[in-house]
Amino acid sequence: MIKLLGIEKIYNSPSGKVHALRGIDLEIARGEIYGIIGLSGAGKSTLVRCINMLERPTAGKVIVDGQDMTTLTESQLREARKNIGMIFQHFNLLSSATVYDNIAFPLKLSGMNSADIKKKVSPLLELVGLKDKAQQYPSQLSGGQKQRVGIARALASDPKILLCDEATSALDPQTTKSILELIKVINGNLSLTVVVITHEMQVIKELCDKVAVISDGIIAERGSVLNVFTNPQHEITKEFISVLLSNELPAAFRGNEVSQDRTPGSLLLLRLIFLGERADDPVLAKMIRTCKGVECTMLFGNLDEIHGVPFGRFIIGLSGEDDAINSALNFLGGEDVRVEVIGYVRRNSAAVE
Amino acid sequence: MFAEILPLLSKALGETIYMVVVSMAIASAIGVPLGVFLHTTAKGQILENIFINQTIGSVVNAVRSIPFIILMVAIIPFTRFIVGSAIGTTAAIVPLVIASIPFIGRQVETSLKEVPAGLVEAALAMGATPAQIITKVLLPEAMPGIVSQLTTVIIALVGESAMAGAIGGGGLGDLAIRYGYQRFRPEVMLATVVVLIVLVQLVQFIGNTLAKRLDKR
Repeated sequence: MIKLLGIEKIYNSPSGKVHALRGIDLEIARGEIYGIIGLSGAGKSTLVRCINMLERPTAGKVIVDGQDMTTLTESQLREARKNIGMIFQHFNLLSSATVYDNIAFPLKLSGMNSADIKKKVSPLLELVGLKDKAQQYPSQLSGGQKQRVGIARALASDPKILLCDEATSALDPQTTKSILELIKVINGNLSLTVVVITHEMQVIKELCDKVAVISDGIIAERGSVLNVFTNPQHEITKEFISVLLSNELPAAFRGNEVSQDRTPGSLLLLRLIFLGERADDPVLAKMIRTCKGVECTMLFGNLDEIHGVPFGRFIIGLSGEDDAINSALNFLGGEDVRVEVIGYVRRNSAAVE
Repeated sequence: MFAEILPLLSKALGETIYMVVVSMAIASAIGVPLGVFLHTTAKGQILENIFINQTIGSVVNAVRSIPFIILMVAIIPFTRFIVGSAIGTTAAIVPLVIASIPFIGRQVETSLKEVPAGLVEAALAMGATPAQIITKVLLPEAMPGIVSQLTTVIIALVGESAMAGAIGGGGLGDLAIRYGYQRFRPEVMLATVVVLIVLVQLVQFIGNTLAKRLDKR
């Protein structure tokens, strides 16, 4: 549905040239919810604006629904943009127009008559749950309600694509959740292709099928949300994920030296990651039964779900004779669980007492 | 005595209102589009054209830097060419219009600048043409500001129209100078000043009310 080929964007600023995008290739399939995450200044907003040509790329091709957007004339571009809805962080509603008129705005631009406009706007008001607010002005609405108006307005021209530019970044967590739900419903019902720009991993995790991590104008990492979440490769990805999933050691071990060699009184800490049905398997119980002489302490545990796939993360501490520990490691290596050896760490003495 | 002043006063008030209303109508018809032009051709705007923008901008600045009383005298040949005479109420309208066009242009430009850029971006993303952005986004969104700014222009025009009295333009300024000053009639001077104050208050009140009613922010 959307294909970006070798996108470059260079800005001329007074302090010299700024290379905002350095060769981005990206393909987004029909009906997909594709997340693009990055820190501010990473180029993600520029990238999403290249899709509807609000920003013209310095080089590269933007193919939307089989059409190369970079070669269109101004009036062809205006027509093509009607197939691409967009919502914004600050909603960008007309303050001088009512909710109804805001939603009707793109239809008025197309010269639709008011009877047809009414037929289109009423179901949209219903969809976003603002039927009773139709005659109010945006200043009378909450942030979440404003974004609902933004969504209804973006859908009014029956687009095939919805671009969301930090659409929930100005909203509180509760409201964010309800807006994400709404986007999911729309994606399902209208089989709309959705591109989501965000700096919040939570949004990616709850909403997206696929994700691209953008950093310094290039895509550092991409893939299904499940894969990127459970097996991040790039430092920046790990950082984003660590906001949701802490990588810190449990408090009793924090700050102590991590050694690969056994030291007296230390535990061998392992990070275990269970995925899918494995998350329910009694792997640890089996390990304790199988490997005699190993003591296992559960230090941290977290069970989550990504797109309905269970996803568990644990930190355990092993102690016992070297042989016992090695047999435990061997056992875990043969099970369908990802094991990351953190190392030998001593407990804080205060925590022992 | 009051009975003697009253007809003078009402005639002068009529002339002032005539000068202000006609000048304002003509100046707005040119000044509002000028303001739109100054805003939309500036850097980063929908019709960006920096060369034309700066050229027109410097003409606007040049006219605005001439004090009204000097402008009035300086363009007498032009006024004569347009109205056929350089003296009288109608003749006074020419310099009033010339002085007000750039004033209105800058005021409208200021109001348009306050429309958030995101609104224009959203309209562009919906496939709006530049003309649609001007008529359906920029002007409606800036309207409360434009009404307030135009109120200021009208009040400035009341003052300038009084100066026009100095070259025989009629109106309240003319009355105050000829009767109040040259014929030593302080009561005429006082009455004129009172009428001017009431007039300005009224204009300001109407302007504020209208701007407030339009403002939905």
